[in-house]
Amino acid sequence: MARREFSASRIPGFPTVAILVFVALYMPILMLVIYSFNAGDSIAIWEGFSFKWYPVAWNNEQVREVTFRSLTVATMASVIATTVATMAALGTTRRRRTGGQTFIYLMINQPLMVPEIVTAVALLIFFASIKVATGYQGLGYLIAAHSAFCIPFAYLPIRARLEGMDRTLEVAASDLYATPWQAFRHVTLPLLMPGIAAGLMLAFVTSLDDVVITLFVKSAGQDTLPTYMLAQIRRSVSAEVNAISTLLLLLTVILLTAFFLLTRKRD
Amino acid sequence: MPKENAIETRSSRKVYGAGSEAVVALDDVSIAIRKGEFFTLLGPSGCGKTTLLRLIAGFETPTSGHILLNGQDITDVPPNRRPVNTVFQSYALFPHLSVRENVGFGLQMKGRPASEIGTKVERALSMVQLGAMADRKPAQLSGGQQQRVALARALAPSPEVLLLDEPLSALDLKLRKEMQSELKRLQHELGITFIFVTHDQEEALTMSDRIGVMSSGRLLQIGSPREIYNHPVNRFVADFIGETNFIPADVHDGTATIAGDIAMQVAPDSPQGRHTIAVRPEHVRILNDPAAAPMRATVTDTTYFGTDSHVRMLLQGGTEIVARYQSEAAGGDAPTTGTDVGVSFAPGSVQVLQD
Ligand SMILES: Nc1ncnc2c1ncn2[C@@H]1O[C@H](COP(=O)(O)OP(=O)(O)OP(=O)(O)O)[C@@H](O)[C@H]1O
Ligand SMILES: [Mg+2]
Repeated sequence: MARREFSASRIPGFPTVAILVFVALYMPILMLVIYSFNAGDSIAIWEGFSFKWYPVAWNNEQVREVTFRSLTVATMASVIATTVATMAALGTTRRRRTGGQTFIYLMINQPLMVPEIVTAVALLIFFASIKVATGYQGLGYLIAAHSAFCIPFAYLPIRARLEGMDRTLEVAASDLYATPWQAFRHVTLPLLMPGIAAGLMLAFVTSLDDVVITLFVKSAGQDTLPTYMLAQIRRSVSAEVNAISTLLLLLTVILLTAFFLLTRKRD
Repeated sequence: MPKENAIETRSSRKVYGAGSEAVVALDDVSIAIRKGEFFTLLGPSGCGKTTLLRLIAGFETPTSGHILLNGQDITDVPPNRRPVNTVFQSYALFPHLSVRENVGFGLQMKGRPASEIGTKVERALSMVQLGAMADRKPAQLSGGQQQRVALARALAPSPEVLLLDEPLSALDLKLRKEMQSELKRLQHELGITFIFVTHDQEEALTMSDRIGVMSSGRLLQIGSPREIYNHPVNRFVADFIGETNFIPADVHDGTATIAGDIAMQVAPDSPQGRHTIAVRPEHVRILNDPAAAPMRATVTDTTYFGTDSHVRMLLQGGTEIVARYQSEAAGGDAPTTGTDVGVSFAPGSVQVLQD
């Protein structure tokens, strides 16, 4: 008998388990999307197809306000996080290897490993003391908090891109009369762009759906879209939330598809 | 005024790493490369050829010693301020730029006006016959075409010295031969100093004005291809370039004695004492009549190569030597195994080696 390579798909019961996992992952989301088109206002009883919840959500002044706040925070935080992450990635890959490298990676990726609730409490206490000292109550706290936990998400694709880059190209640029800044500007940066764009999108999506840290850090009247939805669902279950979720889902899928296409393309 | 040297290295030494992991990549290399010459660095893998080029280009600073360009010390000048360009072994073309932008990169960084960049890029591209490919990206070119873009890119800013790090090693034999003559023609036309790195001895012999042979970070010998081939200074050089017979000998006053009593003339300034002599296989003559020859040998093996045969023999005194036997010229087939033959060495072909 010919020897065959090991393949997980030949383990008995593998197809069943795989199907169950996919059902568990996508069934609830599918239900959510379907019920966003429900004609009635229940999220459990189907009363016919309708688009009505989308205009309802759109015309809700509060929904618009929190959406705008979410987008503001996500945009600011992802830009800040990506800028910091780009510099961190340059710092960790464009220097001589030293023993501290692993430690630095751990430090940068800390938000991925520390439980979110711990970070949330720490930020609450930290920002509270600043609030007392300065009296400032604005959106800055949320933006700062989001920027911090988005850094590793932006950092990872950028570092991957930098590590895959041929260092000889930068040497070639300096050979061809480019100053270090010109070499960065004309060679490193353009080649890094797909990584930076991917990092920006990941950071944006991560910020957009954060609940835990936002709940702890936000001041009164600073609901973002996810915390607003959470509050709504607690009060009364409405198909309006389904419509908003579906739109968020659509936005995320678009961004993640773009991320996938950007990181896959190799030149 | 004496002709200036384009590049000079003075006791240049390069050590990578430190402590127990230190690697001496270059050990006290002093070399003077003349203006407009085609100079080749030849040596086995890991002997420090690339390191020497990197020092000249400015990508590395020597651990000690100096680098001079036109007599000026440039040891501490960064690469972007040296009028020296490199053709990298991996080509290192910028993947996000078109062929035209790649070739124009150096001039653009120098801040030349667009009109000048345009004409110089066109000229460089036509020099390597790639005018039709100007708008392509490097990924859309064949290996040979990429190689020529790399050459055009390095030549476009009109450097004083061009460094080529094994630029042909990735090409197949036919393309390689073509590029060899193309490089030679370009160098002749432009009059730029070329420093060319290879580990292919044939490439070095056919292309160079002078060759520097390196081994383990040291420069062993500098000379014209003819000098290096005919008068290698030591066993390594003789062995690395072409095939050679090595025979132990006693050397005194211009005479080398082998196998106890066979004496032959060597250069009067040869080193004295117990040494090895080197004779190329094509300088070993085979005579069918042993009595008429100064030395006798027994054929142990004959290999046929078409135009010539390699005849392996046991020379009297017990040393094995190889002769290149040209059937046409000798007017007969090579002697068969077991035959006793006479042997002589062509006059002036015996070289006494330093070690
Ligand atoms: N960055 C580096 N760090 C440590 N050692 C190095 C470094 N670069 C080169 N070396 C060592 O220095 C020596 C010379 O290397 P170099 O690249 O100059 O050799 P080469 O003659 O160009 O070889 P090849 O023909 O294989 O390209 C080698 O032993 C190599 O291992
Ligand atoms: Mg090399």
